[in-house]
Amino acid sequence: MLEVKNLTKVYELGFVSKKRIIAVENVSFKVEEGEIVSLVGESGSGKTTTAKIILRLLPPTSGSIIFEGKDVWRDVRKREEKINYWRKVHAVFQDPYSSYNPFYTIDRVLKQGVRLIGINPSSDKADELINEALEYVGLNPSEVLGKYPHQLSGGQRQRVMIARCWIIKPKLILADEPVSMIDASMRVSIIELFEKLRESYGSSTIFITHDMSLAYYISDRILVMYKGRIVDEGPPEDVISNPEHEYTKRLIASVPRLYQKWTL
Amino acid sequence: MAANLLSVINVAAYYRQQVGTSIKTIKAVDGVDLYLYEKEILGIVGESGSGKSTLANVILMNIKKPLEFVKGSVRIYTGNGFLDLNSMSVEELRTKVWGKEIALIPQSAMNALMPTLKIKRIILDVIRSHQDRINEKEVVEKAAKRFRELGLPEKAIDMYPFELSGGMRQRAVIAVATLLNPRILIADEPSSALDVVSQRMVLKTFYDLLRKNIIKSVIFISHDIATVRQIATDMCVMYAGKIVERGSTDELIRKPLHPYTEGLIGSIPSVEPGIRERKLKYIPGQPPDLSNPPTGCRFHPRCPYTMKLCKVKEPPMVNVGNKRLVACWLHVKR
Repeated sequence: MLEVKNLTKVYELGFVSKKRIIAVENVSFKVEEGEIVSLVGESGSGKTTTAKIILRLLPPTSGSIIFEGKDVWRDVRKREEKINYWRKVHAVFQDPYSSYNPFYTIDRVLKQGVRLIGINPSSDKADELINEALEYVGLNPSEVLGKYPHQLSGGQRQRVMIARCWIIKPKLILADEPVSMIDASMRVSIIELFEKLRESYGSSTIFITHDMSLAYYISDRILVMYKGRIVDEGPPEDVISNPEHEYTKRLIASVPRLYQKWTL
Repeated sequence: MAANLLSVINVAAYYRQQVGTSIKTIKAVDGVDLYLYEKEILGIVGESGSGKSTLANVILMNIKKPLEFVKGSVRIYTGNGFLDLNSMSVEELRTKVWGKEIALIPQSAMNALMPTLKIKRIILDVIRSHQDRINEKEVVEKAAKRFRELGLPEKAIDMYPFELSGGMRQRAVIAVATLLNPRILIADEPSSALDVVSQRMVLKTFYDLLRKNIIKSVIFISHDIATVRQIATDMCVMYAGKIVERGSTDELIRKPLHPYTEGLIGSIPSVEPGIRERKLKYIPGQPPDLSNPPTGCRFHPRCPYTMKLCKVKEPPMVNVGNKRLVACWLHVKR
């Protein structure tokens, strides 16, 4: 469904003497329908840059993103085409607070979602849809509608963002560290919403995280990124028990485990 | 039995917030007992807002508005006798206790280093804030020796904070905080912003400090149970301003007694076989608003085993043997 081909992104700094930083180097992978794929890597490994290019927010230096047979950076140009693309490829970001405009109630992001699928946001149909979406993600509509972002907890804010995903029903969700600001006891309930979306609508998810344990738990396939490249790839069990690249080996050895203790 | 270093008895500390004309009271730490023994690495875990960091400040008696110390006693045992921190003035605490008896590494300390000052200047500033007269050369030499002991490059002393990697910077912070050989080191989320490889190095630094007898014990505060588990000998679990369970790390992880601990441990993904099949659980609902905590046991609205009694009466902390303490009606013999 989505194919990333030889993606490279070079940032150039400076005016006279240019300094080149290769953020992403020759990255290729595919995401099939209904698949949950994790991009795991430390900060600066190029995970988010890759996501931004897929989301059509940041142009690549070279390489291409093919979604449903179209080259996203070549064939999707007009406003309608872009809106259509973002209807199919949707993002959930790390900090749910900064995804909201603090001057508006949270109803707004849901109404925007409704408008994106071509329904009048002030119609009864829209209200019905919004209520249904909130219930789907485990929120009580009367408790959250009409509230401002700061009146909700981090978990609730992130759930509202996922409720928007449910309204739009995208083919692909790019979730960039969606639970790293959420307390441990509630993390699982949020990542399981992505599984629920897959079961209901066959949505695929690219799950971007630095947390190997979480990636291991949720994914069908793990891609390990290191210094802009994908260095290891495979089903979670394989990556954990049989890491190939030196970096992955070091990473897996350093991930703290619950039932095993290190010798320090 | 190892010597007792710290006794915190029934402390409470509230944040007072002015909202319009009324005052809102947030009971961040509410009736906590804590004992710390020599050679112990005590992990304090809990979710954000459970009162972990506030408890750290209470142990130091570093009480700044809007925080208010309400009741209780904090006593530390020094080489000769004991000190009751709750009855000392800030000036006394600064000259006699902070940095020398107890040192604190606050959350994100490594990112709060002044970027225009070399590590050396930061070291001198820290020591100067605890001692009136210092010999600069001596202090720098001492710091260099300490850096060597902890496996840090000595040249880091002459570098700026941004020239060091995150892990190195945090280890330098730990080295500076323990220059005066405090008995107790309190570290608040010391490894949370680091990647797992540097995290491990930081944990090792705490071990080295204990092994070399530079410090006598550590209180390690973190929300990340899997990390605390790697270093702590004992663990306390905090929920909504109270400690709900304490035990040796292995026992607490293998057989959690309090329903909150059970839920928390059950919700943590770990790269261990079987986790995917077993499926993780989670605790429904969210932590209470501490300006208006629930009656009875503070966990009862989220607890799967709630009984009538839980809603009306707060469970006492009971000793169930083998140094295991738990505050839950399920474990009170009646």
